[in-house]
Amino acid sequence: MISKFETVPIRTKFFTKGTSILAVMAGLGILGYVYRLFFGLEAATNLSNAYPWGIWKTINVVAGVALAAAGFTTAAVADIFHRERYHVLVRPAILTAMLGYTFAVIGLIADLGRYYNIWHPIIPSMWQGDSVLFEVGMCVMMYLCVLYIEFLPTIVEHYRDGVRLPGLLSCLNSLVESLLEVCERYLIRFISLFIIAGVVLSCLHQSSLGALMLVAPTKMHPIWNTPMSPVLFLFSAIAVGFPILIFELILISRTFHRPPPIPLLSNVARYVPVLLGVYLAVRIGDLTLREVWPNVMEGTFASFAFIFEIVVGVILPIILLSRDRLRQSASWLLVGSVLVILGVIVNRVNVFLVAYRPLYAVSPYFPSIIEITVTVGLISIMILIYRFFIVRLPVLPRASQLQSASSEEPKPLATQLKGE
Amino acid sequence: MRKDRRAFLKVSAVAAGTLAAGAAPAADYRRVDNFLQTYGVLVDTVLCVGCRKCEQACQVANGPCDRDPELLLDRSVFDTPRRPDECAYTVVNRFADPDSPNRSYWIKSQCMHCNEPACVSACIVGALTKDHRGPVVYDTWECIGCRYCFLACPFDIPAYEYANPLDPQVRKCTFCHDRFSDRGFRPACVKVCPGGALTFGARGELIDLAFIRIKQSPDRYIDRIYGQHEVGGTSWMYLTGTDFANTSLPEVIDRPISDLTETIQHGVFKSFVPPIALYGLLGLIMHSLKDTKREAGKNHDKQV
Repeated sequence: MISKFETVPIRTKFFTKGTSILAVMAGLGILGYVYRLFFGLEAATNLSNAYPWGIWKTINVVAGVALAAAGFTTAAVADIFHRERYHVLVRPAILTAMLGYTFAVIGLIADLGRYYNIWHPIIPSMWQGDSVLFEVGMCVMMYLCVLYIEFLPTIVEHYRDGVRLPGLLSCLNSLVESLLEVCERYLIRFISLFIIAGVVLSCLHQSSLGALMLVAPTKMHPIWNTPMSPVLFLFSAIAVGFPILIFELILISRTFHRPPPIPLLSNVARYVPVLLGVYLAVRIGDLTLREVWPNVMEGTFASFAFIFEIVVGVILPIILLSRDRLRQSASWLLVGSVLVILGVIVNRVNVFLVAYRPLYAVSPYFPSIIEITVTVGLISIMILIYRFFIVRLPVLPRASQLQSASSEEPKPLATQLKGE
Repeated sequence: MRKDRRAFLKVSAVAAGTLAAGAAPAADYRRVDNFLQTYGVLVDTVLCVGCRKCEQACQVANGPCDRDPELLLDRSVFDTPRRPDECAYTVVNRFADPDSPNRSYWIKSQCMHCNEPACVSACIVGALTKDHRGPVVYDTWECIGCRYCFLACPFDIPAYEYANPLDPQVRKCTFCHDRFSDRGFRPACVKVCPGGALTFGARGELIDLAFIRIKQSPDRYIDRIYGQHEVGGTSWMYLTGTDFANTSLPEVIDRPISDLTETIQHGVFKSFVPPIALYGLLGLIMHSLKDTKREAGKNHDKQV
């Protein structure tokens, strides 16, 4: 992603009061993670034979991957459909996706019983083409590589002419520099190929995540037990792509005391009710065709969880974000996008935990303190790294440019024109 | 010995055929012809007396956990329902018959060794495989410990060694498959069963045997073999004298669990055509829009 904008690091102090709190939560999360590695799943989690999948898989992996969909939706809009005005969003989107997927894998490692075998699906003799999980695993792995490649320009641009490794490592300076040069000369030239591959891989595994629970049709609550699940997962992932960016950019503007780029965000937010509307229509059509409305009205925890998921996470943001006036306010944009994000997380939890009805469950699953600590800790580390990257690396455009980003097609920079 | 038994079964089958001729339409279990030669076990819960000797024998033969075999005959455990777990590959539970209050049924549960196992289809690395002789076999070395097989299993059989931090394994009934080629082989539980409730043999012959029993005493059995069609058929099959709804045998579908996911999966990846087509389409869009946008951009620049 060669940015058509001048992207600059936000040079500011890394540690503040907020980051210290995050650092504490991150530290606790690391402690919990290490505890799990040494003492095992029984000591660290509430997982059981009845509930083999907990919040690490559901929230860190499945919901994490859904929220990282910003990477491929933005790349598709800005680079494939060439809506240049959204190009400013590409780098933060790629960064989000890169961190989201990386931490999905880190969360997955905590959950795997034999985590040291995580590389097994790569080995051709162990390929298992019938398995939905195999497809998800392979696509996620390949997409992770694509994301690292897509993020390379940001790093190359920053360090190209000045690799200064500290201390003993400084003897590697010239080596790293020539490596970066090779990256710039070859990888980045073919980056379009990777961008398209990223979109294809994302469509594949975002939908396959929805197919995962289809392998348990006899143990699923009827509301979520639908062959449309892959389509619903893909549509909701696409719908949550922009809200996560709106959420991030408004939080960034608040933390760094920059004016929020309202014209750009409001422009992007217009798409959200449309995308969510399509998702809602498919969802309602599916429920109607399968005649499961009585289950929605049954008054159980599952039915309330569904109503919450749809009303708070889909219908409410459609109403909020389809109003011009509310889209001009940073606070309402924030509320709307948080609701969409919440709706997707609740949906994933519903599909994988609430809807799952094991035969011999003694008591329902609720995550242990350590499970929650690790989940929160990993998210905190992710936020800290995000902050580190936007403070140190050229991810975001200048505040003024972000402001004017959507009012018209961007003027390419003089430097970039020279290059062409 | 096995020869004798199989001969017996065959004779019985012929006898049954003569008996049943004309009385009932031919059973349609031949639908799944592929799985009549695989081995299976018929669990006749009408003959089971709940002695728990099968649990004990399994523990002695395979038991991964140190448990006093004597304690395994204690019948007080029937007060609370149990499930197979990492220390017990098979457990017996008692169920009251709502129609006759004095009658109890004991249901032995263990891996059903499905004909088309959902766990095998779900496993990300192929650590679970279906042996052509019948057993569903687990390979510790390949397993990554994702526990997706737990979600897939319609009978909730696999159990995990959660307490083991470094080398946890998925545990379930092995069908004693490591001794399958022994002469006169029968699984440990079948060998020990004193009441004749467990019969080991070729699946097709077991189905014949089951129908003989149903025909011979229609008052004692309900006219259905659990496992004949359930999830595409299972190696372990059950006869009861009460509706299956009164037992722990779950209501499942008749087609293999993995049908739907494999249809979707193979549809999407049919010779990789859909992903490649999508790639091509996006490439085309990217390329064609690029030119128009660039033109527009140039004009825009000129105007400025």
